[in-house]
Amino acid sequence: MSTETPPPEETPAGDSSGKHAATGELYGYLAEYDTPGELVEASRKVKDAGITEFDCYSPFPVHGIDPAMGIKRTILPLIVFGGGFSGAMGGLLLQWYCNAHAWTWNISGKPTWSIPANIPIAYECGILIAVFCSFFGMWALNKLPQVWHPLFRSDKFLRVTDDGFFIGIEAKDKRFDADKTKALLADAGAIDVEPVYFDADPAKKVMPKWIMAFIVASTAFALIPFAIAAKARNSHSAEPHIHIFPDMDFQPKFKSDTENDLFADGRSNRGEIPGTVARGWLEEDTTFYLGLTQETGGQWIDGFPAMYPDSPSLTPDLRGKPFAVDAKLLKRGQNRFNIYCTPCHGYDGRGQGMVPTRVKEQGGVWLARNLVDKAGPVVNLPNGQIFNTITNGFPPTMMGYGAQIPAADRWAIVAYVRALERSQIASNEDQAGQR
Amino acid sequence: MSTAEATADHADINEPGAARETFRAVTRDVSWIAESPKPHKLWLVALTVAVLLFAIGIYSIYKVVMTGIGVWGNSNTVCWAWDITNFVWWIGIGHAGTLISAVLYLTRQQWRVSINRSAEAMTIFAVMAAGIFPLLHTGRPWFAWWMLPLPNDMGSMWPQFRSPLMWDVFAVSTYMTTSILFWYMGMVPDLATFRDRNASKGNNVKAMIYGLLSLGWRGSARQWHRYERAYLILAGLATPLVFSVHSVVSFDFATSQLPGWHTTIFPPYFVAGAIFSGFAMVLTLLLPLRFLFNLQHIIKQAHIHAMCKIMLATGMMVGLAYGTEFFIAWYSGNPFESFTFVSRAFGPFWWAYFAMVSCNVLIPQFFWSNWVKNNNVLIWVLCIFINIGMWFERFVIIATSLARSFLPSAWSYYHPTRYDVGVFVGTIGMFLMFFLLFFRFAPVVAISEVKGASDGAHASGKKGAH
Repeated sequence: MSTETPPPEETPAGDSSGKHAATGELYGYLAEYDTPGELVEASRKVKDAGITEFDCYSPFPVHGIDPAMGIKRTILPLIVFGGGFSGAMGGLLLQWYCNAHAWTWNISGKPTWSIPANIPIAYECGILIAVFCSFFGMWALNKLPQVWHPLFRSDKFLRVTDDGFFIGIEAKDKRFDADKTKALLADAGAIDVEPVYFDADPAKKVMPKWIMAFIVASTAFALIPFAIAAKARNSHSAEPHIHIFPDMDFQPKFKSDTENDLFADGRSNRGEIPGTVARGWLEEDTTFYLGLTQETGGQWIDGFPAMYPDSPSLTPDLRGKPFAVDAKLLKRGQNRFNIYCTPCHGYDGRGQGMVPTRVKEQGGVWLARNLVDKAGPVVNLPNGQIFNTITNGFPPTMMGYGAQIPAADRWAIVAYVRALERSQIASNEDQAGQR
Repeated sequence: MSTAEATADHADINEPGAARETFRAVTRDVSWIAESPKPHKLWLVALTVAVLLFAIGIYSIYKVVMTGIGVWGNSNTVCWAWDITNFVWWIGIGHAGTLISAVLYLTRQQWRVSINRSAEAMTIFAVMAAGIFPLLHTGRPWFAWWMLPLPNDMGSMWPQFRSPLMWDVFAVSTYMTTSILFWYMGMVPDLATFRDRNASKGNNVKAMIYGLLSLGWRGSARQWHRYERAYLILAGLATPLVFSVHSVVSFDFATSQLPGWHTTIFPPYFVAGAIFSGFAMVLTLLLPLRFLFNLQHIIKQAHIHAMCKIMLATGMMVGLAYGTEFFIAWYSGNPFESFTFVSRAFGPFWWAYFAMVSCNVLIPQFFWSNWVKNNNVLIWVLCIFINIGMWFERFVIIATSLARSFLPSAWSYYHPTRYDVGVFVGTIGMFLMFFLLFFRFAPVVAISEVKGASDGAHASGKKGAH
């Protein structure tokens, strides 16, 4: 390994002479001193001479120069305190607004507004704003950034950040007099005094064109995202969103009823495997599922099944329970009947529903059974056969509803149809019972 | 031996021109690093390595972001693993920079001026590296703005400020902002030095860039007055901030109910560990660079001695915390707590605990010896061990407590994947890359502060005054 050493420097930086022409108006005099101590002494003499428009320049803060020059303490600490205090209060207010006012959300039963939990953020907010105040406040009070200054036209002044200790007295000072000021600075121990000029021509202060162009262009570019966002918020588009991140919106999986070239039939859905029945779906209870008595070559049953089968095809509240013909069943039957049966059979079951009515208006015929005709076949059918008719239909006009209405609901409809019949063709005894 | 040292040691500082000669020497010894036309070969080698590591990190981050954090070794049981370990480790490293620039400033430790600039730069790069981990751990970092209290059209949803994770967001971002502003403010007078040197050599483009960065600094006494005030205030603000940041980071653990995390010792214990690891990292970076760029007379051996002593002290504080944790685990009579600590030391992660204790408690004991404190190669090796040990401390806290929590049925073990390693290695590469670039292009030592702390700053210019 080798180390490198700095190259020797023969002349102190900034001693190249005469780069800037001594033209323009006089800004003031710049005097150089050898040591920080001499600078302090000289600055005291300048202040004692009653000069106010002057400043000392040094590569580092020279101690003892503030009282010598009569610099008043800066108000920066007050600004910082104000900023820090309002930052902390603002932090508290922010948390109160968000969690205790605008969005009072219960999280593990914590109170929405509790000072201990809100202290850390209020504290950090206070520090953040105080830091901003001290940083930006200091630059503002120092009137910086200011990249152009008459002193920068002096070649000597380049050494102010290296080893130069200067006093600059401005020509605008009330007591300024070229010769006297120069003598004052020299008497205070200056090793060199030189005049500094500045260009009073306002045309010279214009920023170079390319810098202006850069500022304008970068401002314009910075506005583009906002313009895009504003346009997007005020317009509609049928195009799908741009997804930079997939966000699990697009998952490598097949959704039901979609196309799929993986399988010969081109479908994503995989049907049941031929010759198999899912567990619990065998439907071996012929009474409940077909309306037939249990023995081989059974007959239509005239009553109702004794039990609901214990099958996942039924809702959990019915599975394996005794079959009860009660108001609940009739209500359910009425509800299903009104949905599925009334379009043809009508609410009263007389076969005068909207479909036959409208077909008749068009001059056609649409046959729908009168379910409650005392003479008609339906009232005389056993329950099992009515159930079977709902399941499989009655060609040509009635299709089977087995695929749409679960078996339990079909039985409920059967019960309701029986109730309709009884209400439409009631006997005297029935009516007597009504009283 | 450089001219600066020769001048400072042997010449009467009040001779005409002698004080200015010492200031010139400081300017030159720092500035030439940025001014030499060709960078040092070893610097180039180090930068290449750093960029390669960073590239690994970028690839790993790409995989993590586009696939999800399932590519990491984190599981339902060990849900915080390397990512949070690395986050806490990096934040801790950053703390030494603030400590050197702010706490040592307030306590008027003059020796800080030689290292504060590079330590502050280290802070910023470390916090940048740290911030990557919680961001990635959210899984969908593009929703990170949800953590900001911004009005939104999601039904007036606001951040949940009662969560320590939100405290983290505010603490770390405040810390990052403050560190950058403090660092930049301290650098402005030195950037002005670079501006003027380049201007006097006719490098107009460089002079303009440094000129814009230095905001037109003129070194006027009235400006220095406010500048010093602001510096003092910022130091005063950064000091409570730095303690609050690692306390808040420790709240992530301490406010949970997991045995081994739910403890009030965490804030001071974490802060001490942060300072400990931060100083180790400062020395890891500065010892080689100090040698390569010939800064021995600015970063003096006495400064390294002081840092070793701080590491010795904070290392023992950390050791005390380890002991206290065990004592409380027994003294509390809480069977879950004592089980966790026995399993921490003798359970499945015993090797990590052993690495932690030997690196953090035993290794710093070498710093009792002056012979060690003068042997920079040995110090560098010991600092590497301390860095490793502090990483293991966070890993031990996180992994052992999670892997052996209340429910034995949930117990598990943790194995990192290549993406865990890749992201971590990548942040090391990023950190080194930025630091090396900083060392090449910025004023690496606070030139004006070194001048202000030198003998010449008090030169009266009257013969025989001293």
